[in-house]
Amino acid sequence: MSYPANLKYTKDHEWISLEGNVATVGITQFAQGELGDIVYVEIETVGKSLAAEAVFGTVEAVKTVSDLFLPVAGTITEFNAALNGAPELVNNDPYGEGWMIKMTVDNPADVEALMDAEAYKSLVGA
Amino acid sequence: MKNTPFTQKHIALGAKMAPFAGYNMPISYSGINDEHATVRKAVGVFDVSHMGEFILKGEGALALIQKVTSNDASKLKNGQAQYSCLPNEQGGIVDDLLVYCVEENKVYMLVVNASNIEKDWNWISKHNTDNVEMHNISDKTALLAVQGPEATKVIQSLTSMDVLNLKYYTFAKGVFAGVENVLISATGYTGAGGVEIYFEDVNGAADKIWDAIFEAGASYGIKPIGLGARDTLRLEMGFCLYGNDIDDQTSPLEAGLGWITKFTKEFTAKSILEQQKAAGVTRKLVGFEMIDKGIPRHHYEIKTATGETIGFVTSGTQSPSLSKAIGMGYVQTGYATIDSEIFVAVRDKLLKAKVVKFPFA
Repeated sequence: MSYPANLKYTKDHEWISLEGNVATVGITQFAQGELGDIVYVEIETVGKSLAAEAVFGTVEAVKTVSDLFLPVAGTITEFNAALNGAPELVNNDPYGEGWMIKMTVDNPADVEALMDAEAYKSLVGA
Repeated sequence: MKNTPFTQKHIALGAKMAPFAGYNMPISYSGINDEHATVRKAVGVFDVSHMGEFILKGEGALALIQKVTSNDASKLKNGQAQYSCLPNEQGGIVDDLLVYCVEENKVYMLVVNASNIEKDWNWISKHNTDNVEMHNISDKTALLAVQGPEATKVIQSLTSMDVLNLKYYTFAKGVFAGVENVLISATGYTGAGGVEIYFEDVNGAADKIWDAIFEAGASYGIKPIGLGARDTLRLEMGFCLYGNDIDDQTSPLEAGLGWITKFTKEFTAKSILEQQKAAGVTRKLVGFEMIDKGIPRHHYEIKTATGETIGFVTSGTQSPSLSKAIGMGYVQTGYATIDSEIFVAVRDKLLKAKVVKFPFA
């Protein structure tokens, strides 16, 4: 499994990549593998300002449903609309076309404080 | 946690494993959607060795089966099987099961759910007042379900038993892949056709049979299938899952199992169920498909447009064959007719759904 070194990771198995104060968020390779075939990503929090670890959506796999937790505090600005027609993008390309939201981050230092790829790998035993 | 004779094979194949009914079972291999499609279009192999098998033998065997089950086992001839259930004293369901007639009036095999083996054994034993010989052969019995439109061709190539012409719910016993005493029945839990293969795992029989099936099926694209796809396949057919759609609290009549409830004979809770039938059931198990986007899950509430609770979801999934969300659940009888509009409470929303006919796919 791959865990790109340019991303930061959370214990809830989200990844975040930051450019300036705009971040892209998705779920990790490990998370998509645990969920199995993803059939629906429901995110209705675009425009909302939420705290770190707040639920910003849910992801439905064939067998299970799981909440999505915001890695850091900020405002959700965009949902990856491609997931409406092709939720399997999350399985096939979790760090690329399977991204879930874009957000403006309240405090970019919050992102720096998250796990790096090595720390996350040891968390999931990769 | 118990292993089946195939646990090491699953692990070697890279299956996602999880505990189920006390067994270490494969949940999926290549992914539920891929495995599901394999069974619908070609052929797949399920290890369901966790299921329970009881042998009932001798004079009183049929009388005991008649007493504890709702279907009429006296109709069974040698080589025929029947779907049935064990009603409890209140008219609920102890378990659903298959009854195999090995030798009319003498030898029967009951196949029960893995999670209920002990409960069923105790229940039947309690009603065994005439000392019918009972054997629990669950631990030594291996069971593979080979399912899909190509399944019987694959299985036929490994035996001289006439598998291709085996009628639905009949079975044969003989030599399979060089192993003696193998029972092959034209049954399954997928609606895709195929067989279930019972045998005792002695002298490496399990390895031999598994390897022979995969070799014979290679040109048909045969794949191992986990319990995840087993659930989506059965749900598309509207087949009940014990513990979800039926349990100690649900009556066979409410669950749409009136066709296996025969009032022409005596059995546990017959009079309760007869009254229920005469009065009409107050709730029914229905199939529904989602109109609004969302996926129904076990225990979600079913409501009216105005939010009044009228039932609950017992099973639900995104149907891989239909690419839409489907579910089963109990609703008040007034909402059970086809095309009734119902609403499923998914998180903080009421999502519209409509009652549809079984099977879904």
